[in-house]
Amino acid sequence: VYQVFESVAKKYDVMNDSMTLGIHRVWKDILVHKMNPSPGTLLLDVAGGTGDIAFRFINYVRSVRERQLQRKLRHHQNLSWQEISESYQEDKSKSLGDSQVVVCDINKEMLKVGKQKAQHLGYSEGLSWVLGNAEELPFDDDMFDVYTIAFGIRNVTRIDLALQEAYRVLKPGGRFLCLEFSHVNNPLLSRLYDLYSFQVIPVLGEVIAGDWKSYQYLVESIRRFPPQEELKAMIEDVGFFKVDYQNLNSGIVAIHSGFKL
Amino acid sequence: GRAPLSSAQPQGHGEEEEEEVEEEGEGCYQLYPGHIPTSPLQKVLLAAGSACMALYDPYRHDMVAVLGETTGCLALPSLRDKMKNHPEGYRILQERPRIRLSTLDMGRLRGLPDGTLGREYVRFLEDNKVSPDTRMPPKFVDDEELAYVIQRYREVHDLMHTLLGMPTNMLGEVVVKWFEAVQTGLPMCVLGAAFGPIRLSARKLQVLATELVPWAIRSGRSASCILNFYYEQRWGQPVESLREEIGIFPPP
Repeated sequence: VYQVFESVAKKYDVMNDSMTLGIHRVWKDILVHKMNPSPGTLLLDVAGGTGDIAFRFINYVRSVRERQLQRKLRHHQNLSWQEISESYQEDKSKSLGDSQVVVCDINKEMLKVGKQKAQHLGYSEGLSWVLGNAEELPFDDDMFDVYTIAFGIRNVTRIDLALQEAYRVLKPGGRFLCLEFSHVNNPLLSRLYDLYSFQVIPVLGEVIAGDWKSYQYLVESIRRFPPQEELKAMIEDVGFFKVDYQNLNSGIVAIHSGFKL
Repeated sequence: GRAPLSSAQPQGHGEEEEEEVEEEGEGCYQLYPGHIPTSPLQKVLLAAGSACMALYDPYRHDMVAVLGETTGCLALPSLRDKMKNHPEGYRILQERPRIRLSTLDMGRLRGLPDGTLGREYVRFLEDNKVSPDTRMPPKFVDDEELAYVIQRYREVHDLMHTLLGMPTNMLGEVVVKWFEAVQTGLPMCVLGAAFGPIRLSARKLQVLATELVPWAIRSGRSASCILNFYYEQRWGQPVESLREEIGIFPPP
């Protein structure tokens, strides 16, 4: 799996856009909206490589923060200039409101691309990049408010171990969110989806990234991955409560959610 | 490692029996190392995609290779037959020689007298800073013998440069493509010959159109099949004599 992603890293984002015709962006937006993070949240994004979820998280938290500040300002219409300037200083340094995201990935190349993107797009504070394995996370217990893994869990050899680790590093009350390809329940769509996956995607991989085999692997790994109910059971087995899933696009993609109590 | 495919039967083909062969998802045999079996639809998509990408990014030599493989289904068998019907070509098909740095004795070739094929070939490689090892192995040709034919064509390409006296710049490549288009009939060569000049300056286009292309076409037509010459056994032969034997006119 490591070698697959080494060759895939640089063209990852281009390939994602081509393969999903840009729809992956919508899926990721939905994930972060579902998360609905408030300022001060500490997020761990596993297999987060090129930073898509992390950047969305930061944007979301920033806009929530801005709305908070605006509401506060409207409230403070009758304050003296002294008090207003004091509150500005206090809030300026916290545009993210202490929210932080740790991006963890097993692959150096993916992290490198992510860091470059962050610099290019102007993301600096509240971000850290850690090299690590989802099956054995380099973090203490009970650290994070939210754990996300977007399109990463199907590449983990021992999914149960990754889920156990997710449970361990989350604080009590913390939320587990998983965005992943899943099983299409609609038979007609399923046939079209299979046709597209097996006929078009490896060709795209060859033409855009010069790499047929990695994308053939990708399509096969999607088929091998447990369907919605099975994954839900696996998440429950590890100790999460209120486990549920939401199908996107008839099950091409699903978001699984669970809470550590 | 990769877990074996359990229930993926995308085309309704049977699953693979061979142990050493990688699962390719199409269920067909892998005919040679590096072979990726593809469905007709995939070949069409690959041909279209590689053509666009090759035009968009001329440094994607792998796309030119893929285009050649996916569109060569008529030209390659005809080339193979030409080889079969020629004594030297037939021997090449049997013995399957490969032109690679590991199989060439560069020192010996360099020591050959000036004007011989071996000496001029080495000079060409060094002047243009190219190596015969950068040729893509075939992936999408669904016949093992034809895969060798296209591999041979690719490896002989540098020798064509030497025999035609053309450097590896854009102009030189286009001239060689014209020659190869006439010689092989490979659609990839035809497309390359037709679209290659797009990126050339007006002055070069003029030289191309008035002198080089007509010469390349004339030579291509008069020459016997370039794949029918066992170049590895002819290193000592003077280039001019080999040109005459093949039927290539002296370069302008």
